[in-house]
Amino acid sequence: MQISLHINGSLRDVYVDPRTTLIDALRDHLGLTGTKKGCDHGQCGACTVLVDGRRINACLTLACMAQDSEVTTIEGLGTSDALSPLQTQFLNDDGFQCGFCTPGQICSATAMLGEMAAGWPSHASDSLSGPFLLSHAEIAERMSGNLCRCAAYSNIIEAIQNAAHAEGSSGDAP
Amino acid sequence: MKPFIYHRARTLQDMPDGATIIAGGTNLLDLMKHEVTTPGSLVDISHLDLNRIEPEGDGLRIGALVRNSDLAADPVIRRDYPVLSRALLAGASGQLRNMATTGGNLMQRTRCPYFYDLRTPCNKRAPGTGCAALGGIIRNHAIFGASADCIATYPGDMAVALSALDAEVEIAGPNPRRVRVADFHLLPGNTPHVETRLQPGEIITAVILPAPVKGEQRYRKVRDRASFAFALVSVAVVITMTDGRITRVALACGSVAAKPWRDPECEAALIGHAPSDALFEQAANLMLRAASGHVGPAFKIPLLRRTLIATLRDATGLEPAP
Repeated sequence: MQISLHINGSLRDVYVDPRTTLIDALRDHLGLTGTKKGCDHGQCGACTVLVDGRRINACLTLACMAQDSEVTTIEGLGTSDALSPLQTQFLNDDGFQCGFCTPGQICSATAMLGEMAAGWPSHASDSLSGPFLLSHAEIAERMSGNLCRCAAYSNIIEAIQNAAHAEGSSGDAP
Repeated sequence: MKPFIYHRARTLQDMPDGATIIAGGTNLLDLMKHEVTTPGSLVDISHLDLNRIEPEGDGLRIGALVRNSDLAADPVIRRDYPVLSRALLAGASGQLRNMATTGGNLMQRTRCPYFYDLRTPCNKRAPGTGCAALGGIIRNHAIFGASADCIATYPGDMAVALSALDAEVEIAGPNPRRVRVADFHLLPGNTPHVETRLQPGEIITAVILPAPVKGEQRYRKVRDRASFAFALVSVAVVITMTDGRITRVALACGSVAAKPWRDPECEAALIGHAPSDALFEQAANLMLRAASGHVGPAFKIPLLRRTLIATLRDATGLEPAP
């Protein structure tokens, strides 16, 4: 079937089998290989992209279901000349080892900081009404949909905290 | 994945006969990849106008397409139905909660590993073939309401809180009606493939919350790791105290049966009494009197006892929150 996807600000036409997931459309049909395919079952978060600004697993969405939505991948968050604050901070803080989970981590963290700015609580929050601090426990809970087999978690958390502080977001380090 | 025809519905009436409904897709697409489910036709309802939370009488009407993340963060839900926010936030991951819908979450399938394993018999996946779990290696299975044909659990968190809140499921179709969440899921009996009261050709359009109840609400979930894991057991409690005595209580237990498990006798035994360890022990004895200890999940009996008592102690102020 012929579908049109709004990706990183461009409208892209692509012909896909209805079975094609969004991750496969991005990687195999559109050449956007920044997004990684890990478990393909929604458990690892490597395929995390933003759909209408929200983080989702691209492996558990059909490409045809993403028509009429704005999809943002790691390629749309920054360029090598103009990195996003989180991309910069992941480099500065060694927020990775092999780098396979990194695009998903950065897309997820980008949306996660937006969720915190919007006042969304988490399982780790003492009170449902806030305040929600960028503590180790809060970030670990809010990022639990992104696995890192190298276990670079401590530096990932530090990079997210430092990026948020550089941006002047609310929340304090623990 | 087996081939299918895809259709995006524009209205509630725009439903091809026999099509399987997809909304968030987080459970269905996973099952389709495993070929546990092989629908020939999918109808995508995610663009229907069923995504609002609005007042209904003294309560709330939650559209079937409201995402788990939006429901958990809704200011009125957080203020008046905190057990629901807590249950939702205890489930899945941030990415999955952004996709998963209220209606779809009620319809999610069991996580029994034999249900997923096409090489083994399963009465739920292929009726009449037998149950590989009974006699197999089992752990996160039912201690209540299992049958000789199935010992699987309903795995979700949201429905446990909704059951304790006495919420109702609004169903559209040839026979529009409302069904209590507590009655929506079915025990397996000899038809474990029939999991809910939803009939072919019907669709969930909303969940209705009654007026908020004064008092305390808690959701306590015990799992193998601290985040992003299904419950081994969970307890939702909605409790009202007047002059130091319990005057109203609803208790629902998750991941222990094919439905959120409530026991009216257990709840009745608490009414009129001041909270005490002896009272909560008695309530736990009543709750667990029907538990059957298949060897694998038998650990859930003492686990549920302790979780139930701890949640009641916390909710009634007998001990501070952990």
